[in-house]
Amino acid sequence: MSNPLLEIKNLKTSFRIGEEYYAAVDDVSLNVNENEVLAIVGESGSGKSALAFSVMGLHNRAKIEGEINFKGRNIANIPTKEMNKFRGNELSMIFQDPLTALNPLMEVGRQIDEVLILHNKNMPKSKRKKYIIELLERVEIPRPQHVYNQFPHELSGGMRQRVIIAIAIANQPELLIADEPTTALDVTIQAQILDLIRELKDDLGSGVILITHDLGVVAEMADRVAVMYAGEIVEVADVDTLFSDPQHPYTRSLLSSIPLLDDVQDKLHVIHGIVPSLKNLPRTGCRFSSRIPWMDEDVHEENPELSEVSPGHFVRCTCYKHFYFPDENKEEQDHDTTKS
Amino acid sequence: MTLLKVEDLKVHFPIRGGILNRKIDAIRAVDGVNFEIEPGETYGLVGESGSGKTTTGKAVMGLNNITNGEIYFGDELLNKGNKVNIRKDIQMIFQDPYSSLNPRKRVIDIIAEPLRNYENLSKDEEKKRVKDLLEKVGLTAESMLKYPHEFSGGQRQRIGVARAIALEPKLIIMDEPVSALDVSVQAQVLNFMQDLQKELNLTYLFISHDLSVVKHMCDRIGIMYNGRYVEEGTTKEIFNDPQHIYTKRLVAAIPDIDPKNRKENTNFREQVKEEYTNSYYDYFDEDGLAYQLKPITDTHRVALPERG
Repeated sequence: MSNPLLEIKNLKTSFRIGEEYYAAVDDVSLNVNENEVLAIVGESGSGKSALAFSVMGLHNRAKIEGEINFKGRNIANIPTKEMNKFRGNELSMIFQDPLTALNPLMEVGRQIDEVLILHNKNMPKSKRKKYIIELLERVEIPRPQHVYNQFPHELSGGMRQRVIIAIAIANQPELLIADEPTTALDVTIQAQILDLIRELKDDLGSGVILITHDLGVVAEMADRVAVMYAGEIVEVADVDTLFSDPQHPYTRSLLSSIPLLDDVQDKLHVIHGIVPSLKNLPRTGCRFSSRIPWMDEDVHEENPELSEVSPGHFVRCTCYKHFYFPDENKEEQDHDTTKS
Repeated sequence: MTLLKVEDLKVHFPIRGGILNRKIDAIRAVDGVNFEIEPGETYGLVGESGSGKTTTGKAVMGLNNITNGEIYFGDELLNKGNKVNIRKDIQMIFQDPYSSLNPRKRVIDIIAEPLRNYENLSKDEEKKRVKDLLEKVGLTAESMLKYPHEFSGGQRQRIGVARAIALEPKLIIMDEPVSALDVSVQAQVLNFMQDLQKELNLTYLFISHDLSVVKHMCDRIGIMYNGRYVEEGTTKEIFNDPQHIYTKRLVAAIPDIDPKNRKENTNFREQVKEEYTNSYYDYFDEDGLAYQLKPITDTHRVALPERG
């Protein structure tokens, strides 16, 4: 098998609160292959964005441990000057909020031009302009000649997000990180933007990391999914498996807490308790145990590890084997798990 | 009897310009909207950003002046000309639980504010009422002396709810009440709103862009586009039998939770998009506005041109 495009090994990203460092991303290992969409799902505070920012080298003051191997080279903690050769070139990012990610005082064309100048010093100006117009066409912006000279505030949210995407793909990146790319957008525009990212992936053969909290977006886009909770990955599987046969209690809870379109549920599942803050995070044992207090303590592992339950499907902690929802019949559930 | 009746509501915002700063044009945020809400039901108002759904909600609440139309609450006319009277029977829950609570006020002062405006209570009476309200929304009495930042997003939204129900309203307008919350917290707040509705016999006007949440919560739905209604019907009619091309497109755009349907969905969306482009002028007039609503069943109305 060929080497993965991106190989994250035991990544730990910690932030300082007071005198102590607290890990927001805690010992995460992940691979992303070429021409693959890996979705990272989790709620706010799960560490999914901190992970993406670590890969992009965008944390200023965080302590980063572990390895981030991009095409075989470890890019964790390399000097900014070195990093700039990758960033915006082979490695780029689509940001969540198109309004704050664009410079309000600069024309759209010039903002795209910036990444071109930085990485293609020899490209003449006329050629760059032609290429930018092509890029704008590529992301399906109507009247690109006109938009080239417009400012971000003259564009709608969906158009601005397309500009962000145009900037991200200007240098045909091999790895594209999309951090909640459609959260700020309306549903019809969301569908268009997702289609666009998918098309670009197919054309360029890039690897994509899609960070989102929206399980619908995951189901539509991802090839593989990693579920994060409290800084750790709790489950990894290919997308079909994750939705048809979720194992970890957190994944199962998340899936049952969203309203479904095709069948009418009376009540949505509510996950007990709240996400612990970075400072109060239990650093030993199963981090999800406080959210499922009805489970016996001895169902959890002492030092939960990801274990492979079927090829390519990893689950953390043993509690998934015994897990049941409080309104289900426990005996039945136990019986089911012993059988399988 | 109908609880809320909105007739030919228009809200236009003037665009000023020229040397004398005169009104030169207007943004027609809401442009001729009619709907009725029955007591005890949850009525969904759906549309994309800029469709006028929030402006409609705010107009009913009396938070912006109206340009034209009548708003009836029961048999009482709420507006005198352009001004809409504020009623304690109508309350609102806002989208963002972080910015809709004053960070410098304690919870007791936040929840008691409407009580202080309408009722003359002694300190002890007030405390008791706030305690009861907190209990009703599932918070402890000790929360009373805390500040909003000490609570999580879901808890803050509950404080907003406690404030909204303090004066025992009949109608609650909810503007994207769960959009700022994580899915698990969203589930908690939605369940809780449903319980509260039964317990206090409330009527909800639920404004949202999230169709799966709307489907879960609402009995009837109105779809807005560009300040006008394009379709109105029961939840079943809107989702199973959408008639207007815009509704069809909106319903088709909702992400499906089953990855196995991915290819099918993409094709279907492509198909609907094509239909949308091809038949756009059959559904919208030359200004891109929706036509008047025509009833197709007792409950289902669609904006179609005269020639039908």
